[in-house]
Amino acid sequence: MRKTFSLALAAALFAAAPALAAKRDNSVRFAYDQVPENVDPYFNNVRIGVIISQQVWDTLIYRDPNTGEYKGQLAKDWKQVDDRTIEFELRQGVKFHNGEEFDADDVVYTLNFVSRPENKAVTQTNVNWIDRAEKIDKYKVRLVTKKVFPAAIEYLAGPVVIHPNEYYEKVGPKGQNEKPVGSGPFRVTQHVIGKSITLERNPDYFKDSPKGQAKIQKVEIRFIPDRQTQVAELLSGGLDLLMHVAKDQADQIKSIPNLQVVSGETMRIVFLHMNAQESSPHAALKDLRVRRALNHAIDRDAMLKNIVGEGARIIHTICFPSQFGCTDEGAMRYDYNPAKAKQLLAEAGYPNGFEVPFHAYRERNQSEAMAGYLNAVGVKTSFTFLQYAAMREQLRSNKAGLLHQTWGSFSVNDVSASTPYYFGFVDDDASRDPEVKALLDEGGNSVDPNVRKAAYKKALQLIAERAYTVPLYSLPVFYAATADLVFKAYPDEMPRFWEMTWR
Amino acid sequence: MFAFIAKRLGLALLVALAVSMVAFALVRLSGDVASAIAGEGARAEDLELVRRTYGLDRPLIVQYLDWLWRTLQGDFGSSLYFKTDVIGLVIDKFPTTLLLGILSLLFALLISIPLGVAAAVYQNSWIDRLALALAVVGQALPNFFFALLLIMLFSIQLRWLPVSGSGSWAHFVMPTIALGYYIAPAFMRLTRAGMVEVLSADYIRTARAKGLPGRSVVFKHALRNAVVPVVALAAVQLGFLLGGSVVIETIFALDGLGYLAYQSITHKDFPVTQAVVMLLSVFYVLLTLAADIANAWLDPRIRVA
Repeated sequence: MRKTFSLALAAALFAAAPALAAKRDNSVRFAYDQVPENVDPYFNNVRIGVIISQQVWDTLIYRDPNTGEYKGQLAKDWKQVDDRTIEFELRQGVKFHNGEEFDADDVVYTLNFVSRPENKAVTQTNVNWIDRAEKIDKYKVRLVTKKVFPAAIEYLAGPVVIHPNEYYEKVGPKGQNEKPVGSGPFRVTQHVIGKSITLERNPDYFKDSPKGQAKIQKVEIRFIPDRQTQVAELLSGGLDLLMHVAKDQADQIKSIPNLQVVSGETMRIVFLHMNAQESSPHAALKDLRVRRALNHAIDRDAMLKNIVGEGARIIHTICFPSQFGCTDEGAMRYDYNPAKAKQLLAEAGYPNGFEVPFHAYRERNQSEAMAGYLNAVGVKTSFTFLQYAAMREQLRSNKAGLLHQTWGSFSVNDVSASTPYYFGFVDDDASRDPEVKALLDEGGNSVDPNVRKAAYKKALQLIAERAYTVPLYSLPVFYAATADLVFKAYPDEMPRFWEMTWR
Repeated sequence: MFAFIAKRLGLALLVALAVSMVAFALVRLSGDVASAIAGEGARAEDLELVRRTYGLDRPLIVQYLDWLWRTLQGDFGSSLYFKTDVIGLVIDKFPTTLLLGILSLLFALLISIPLGVAAAVYQNSWIDRLALALAVVGQALPNFFFALLLIMLFSIQLRWLPVSGSGSWAHFVMPTIALGYYIAPAFMRLTRAGMVEVLSADYIRTARAKGLPGRSVVFKHALRNAVVPVVALAAVQLGFLLGGSVVIETIFALDGLGYLAYQSITHKDFPVTQAVVMLLSVFYVLLTLAADIANAWLDPRIRVA
């Protein structure tokens, strides 16, 4: 309410065009609401940390966001030596921002440092699959995984950046936070902790990088906690680019001349999670007919169109479509059919519906819409809106019934980062189907792409057929920017400053 | 006098202690710290590890006493989020907040004393009504909302001032107005009430009878006496401003103690929250104490209270 009102007023008051200062000096001013606890990519778990990591650092492998193809970045080439070993041939002539030359020592030191638990990398799943890295010669490295880990390439193209070993050994994560040094398309010229970070184009960036040379000269990232203030900055010409703008604000910004709104998809999927396991205190949810009824009860198209917004898409299986192994081919689909839902409920012995707790933690308007659809077919939900940790506690202590869940897969483009988190007999698995688990294990323990694809496909089909969840949609992200800034929205929620230009 | 100060000091310490307990309980009871540290997708064993690493598996009372013991020795620990010394963080951010607090106080006094005097001198005139209206609005308007109105006018419409940040003097203008305006009504009403009382006093009548010019009577004779309680209130309000700047600092992205407090609460970074709360409450308590002592010194009747 506060947002809508003030923005409407702001839009009404809006008169002059945004300042074009940034365009003239070829810089981009961007803001984010969270402060990374440390900009060393291994020591934060916030999105802005991921964004900064890809501007300042490089990875061994690069995943082309347009084609999904893996290309060599710091590694020129790589091959799988055996089930657990990958050999990399490194690029020569690459220099870090401090002049340090890139070679095998950097790779070996970084990977061995971050994978040791005592060094406390924040997101352990990003690195805990690494057993060790070994130097073969100056430009050849072998990486050994703890067990068969087919998603290794995907991780090496994402969160696993390479630090300069001499510098890192000397200053550690603390020093990398204060004066970050990477090899990426931008170098950090100033980091005022908690306030701003300034990046400048790296003039010596290596020619063959698949990222390409940055065109923008300077990127200023400011940490502004209040989204409202961010929008005000954009309106007053103090910023050029914002992301995660709320849908209602985005709709209003669209009508302001000299500003543009670009919507994109994110990898975050939304689903209605059901406690369907044997020990579930909610007997109704153990009945397949009831679970199918819930699948028929929700009108995803209407939700997508009216409250979720442009950029999102409907999903039919519990994974993000671009992830390796994710498919909805052959998976059962449930159309919106409240009459059929009621009929299924009656067949299951619930002609008058039943009562069930319903927990949610974000996008409350969507939770309320879901509850509305469920109530319409007779499922009486007692709705509780909680913090994520508290909601998860309800699930893990086996009290929960229905949950409005979302999952971002840590932006990892492999099914092993999504489906197993809810069906692999881990903490948040609320259906515990051994057949599904066996298939997911098969997909996760092979390096043969065809074996993996087949196993995941079968698992996803089973999950859909047994209706353990109601898959809903992916979430969109809205960017608001000065109209002259040319940029593209990618599903990994990564603004690629090195690609941006001014019109 | 000594007994009075000792008693007040003891009371002040107890208040600070109670505040620290309440703050600790609120931060800890509002959610699981381990979950906040481990983030989304953390497995049960990750949470266990975090709990053990940070000593969160111990009973709450033990954790509190441990914290208190170390704090009394001057060790505020390190931030769970930023992984740096809490003291360093706090020292780094305090000047911004103090500057904002003092500027807001000066702004509040600057508008409220002249208005209060005018309202008393021209009692029941349109000036008095205007002053009353301004006071009511100032008291009724939430400061975050007033801040947004200021942004719309000065940054979006007129483009005179930057929306957020703390790089130059211009960045402090709107936060100062937003914060200062909120406390101005109390000063204004106090000045007015004091002036109304003093202006009807015998010595003022004498002064006027002597044929002194009206201006001299109002400012030299009346205001000096009427403003004493305002000065005492100012000390207390400064404490309030330092603690009350959380919202304003967050809106204007002013990198001060209030913003740090906001961040620490969102991240359940309780060592930082505790340190900030302690610092602010001690400051508040000391300012109140100073005001009490000043009053007692000025007016011996208070000392027995």
